[in-house]
Amino acid sequence: MITSFLAKALGRNIVIAAAILLALAALVPALNLLTAPDHALHVPTYVVSLFGKYLTYALLALALDLVWGFCGILSLGHAAFFALGGYAMGMYLMRQIGARGSYGNPLLPDFMVFLNWKELPWFWHGFDKFWFAALMAVLVPGLLAFVFGWFAFRSRVNGVYLSIITQAMTFALLLAFFRNDMGFGGNNGLTDFKDILGFNIQSNGTRSALFAASAIALALSLVITSGIVRSKYGKILIGVRDAESRTRFLGYRVEHMKLFAFVVSAMMAGVAGALYVPQVGIINPGEFEPANSIEVVIWTAVGGRGTLIGPIVGAIVVNGGKSIFTAAFPEFWLFALGGLFVLVTLFLPKGIVGTARQFVERRKEYRKAREAEAAAFAAEPQAAE
Amino acid sequence: MNTFVSNAKPTSILYLDGVSVSFDGFKALNSLSFVIEPGELRAIIGPNGAGKTTMMDIITGKTRPDAGEVFFKGTIDLTQKDETEIAQLGIGRKFQKPTVFESHTVWDNLELALNRNRGVFSTLFYRLTAEDKTRIEDILSTVRLVGRKDDYAAHLSHGQKQWLEIGMLLAQEPELLLVDEPVAGMTDAETAETATLLKEIAKTRSVVVVEHDMGFIRDLGVKVTCLAEGSVLAEGSIDFVSAHQKVIENYLGR
Repeated sequence: MITSFLAKALGRNIVIAAAILLALAALVPALNLLTAPDHALHVPTYVVSLFGKYLTYALLALALDLVWGFCGILSLGHAAFFALGGYAMGMYLMRQIGARGSYGNPLLPDFMVFLNWKELPWFWHGFDKFWFAALMAVLVPGLLAFVFGWFAFRSRVNGVYLSIITQAMTFALLLAFFRNDMGFGGNNGLTDFKDILGFNIQSNGTRSALFAASAIALALSLVITSGIVRSKYGKILIGVRDAESRTRFLGYRVEHMKLFAFVVSAMMAGVAGALYVPQVGIINPGEFEPANSIEVVIWTAVGGRGTLIGPIVGAIVVNGGKSIFTAAFPEFWLFALGGLFVLVTLFLPKGIVGTARQFVERRKEYRKAREAEAAAFAAEPQAAE
Repeated sequence: MNTFVSNAKPTSILYLDGVSVSFDGFKALNSLSFVIEPGELRAIIGPNGAGKTTMMDIITGKTRPDAGEVFFKGTIDLTQKDETEIAQLGIGRKFQKPTVFESHTVWDNLELALNRNRGVFSTLFYRLTAEDKTRIEDILSTVRLVGRKDDYAAHLSHGQKQWLEIGMLLAQEPELLLVDEPVAGMTDAETAETATLLKEIAKTRSVVVVEHDMGFIRDLGVKVTCLAEGSVLAEGSIDFVSAHQKVIENYLGR
């Protein structure tokens, strides 16, 4: 059962993309750790961290592509799942600080001491263990997606209305996490992390390991998503996207189909967030900003919606551009981003990967037609004789 | 209540009695009653706005009636079920505008329509069995699409899309098939072939066809129900119905 699922998952392009990611997972840390800083091939640590961050963005875009590209659910709240995964990891990292905080309290994180709290809130228990935090980074976004999706899909909220309530969801979370009494550090969020699994979070080794973990998580998620969309279930998902009532009248429970994809996608976004936080060293309510979720949509559209590899390319290209652009002309970045979105929508509606794929297919068709023509021409004189 | 209709309830495949529904004060169906027997092929005609599509919406669970009874196989109350449940019970529906999965191949369209376990996890790990393969191949030849099985449905002609949709309904193995204007936009040759196809299908299941094309109805040669303003105007053979005074006034004469 699982083997047939995997066999279908592994299209040629997916194998190549996953192999590149796995190669990077080995190569980049090696070039960072094993070469001298003045060596030509040396990868500086800040680059490792920067690209590690891009990979988590790519994973978030991939997660969005599963629901938007293949099921037509334009979620404008996916950054919320990312941020929740990030908070789960942030809570673990806070608990790891222990007595090394400014106030030296072995149990309470600094911001709780500052707020005069006497004991750890109930929902902070268990986060001193890595496995628990890792589990929560997946389960909490999954649960939120399940509850949200259950009501939205059952009530048949579709199209732009669904997009609007996903925005409302992330905005509501933004406001909630801003409040100090929520117990997540309010405005400042969680930061000043010291170590993860006993390793110094600032060290080159940890940074490289986090990069490798992000690349592996992305490769794995790519294979899983590919397996999902190539299965019969995936075909039904595309059916829901293109002709929802037809799927219903064929006897499929559309709300269950959507819900499964939405929950899987939210869990992937949670993993991305959990990998993001230790690499950037902070998580605050700003991650719930509605604009963040919209940016994810842009990455996906630029790379190519519904192509799986496209969103990965899009996330890396757009964020790479952002890093360069914001350093060179900081005040123009938003114009550039907006312009990019307009240009892609007008001239590359299928995105970078989608357009490339279309080009290859056209060439193939053209060649086939030419061959058929040549065959017909060769056959003709004999028929005439 | 119509006593003739009530007596037929236990043995019927589809039973509608006194079904009414209105939208914003407009009575789309006004105490509509009729009965379809198992294995019957029935044609339904009527002017635009007579309630033909609304009737199909009610049978397939898309719309809830304000009043009246709708029973499948005499005992199953369709007004309490939604589209998915009704499809799983064995009622298939072809839309007026051909609705197929355009970005899937003809083969995949049929594979998705097959009457198999439709849960998330059973479809996630589904593998094409030899049995399913034979079944799809059979349907492909029934709807005359063998040569196009690997083409995307988007590339089919209008008539071929109509047939593909009929093929998908067959794959669903319904006991009752509702077909809304199957020959709209078809050439004469395609229309004649569709009549043959529907008669073939009706040998093993009940079929209700809504159609405007009187020539096509004549080709089918079955009992005809004429609807107007949400209720039955006349019912009988095509000659009886087309000679009926009210039908001429309301529909044919205009």
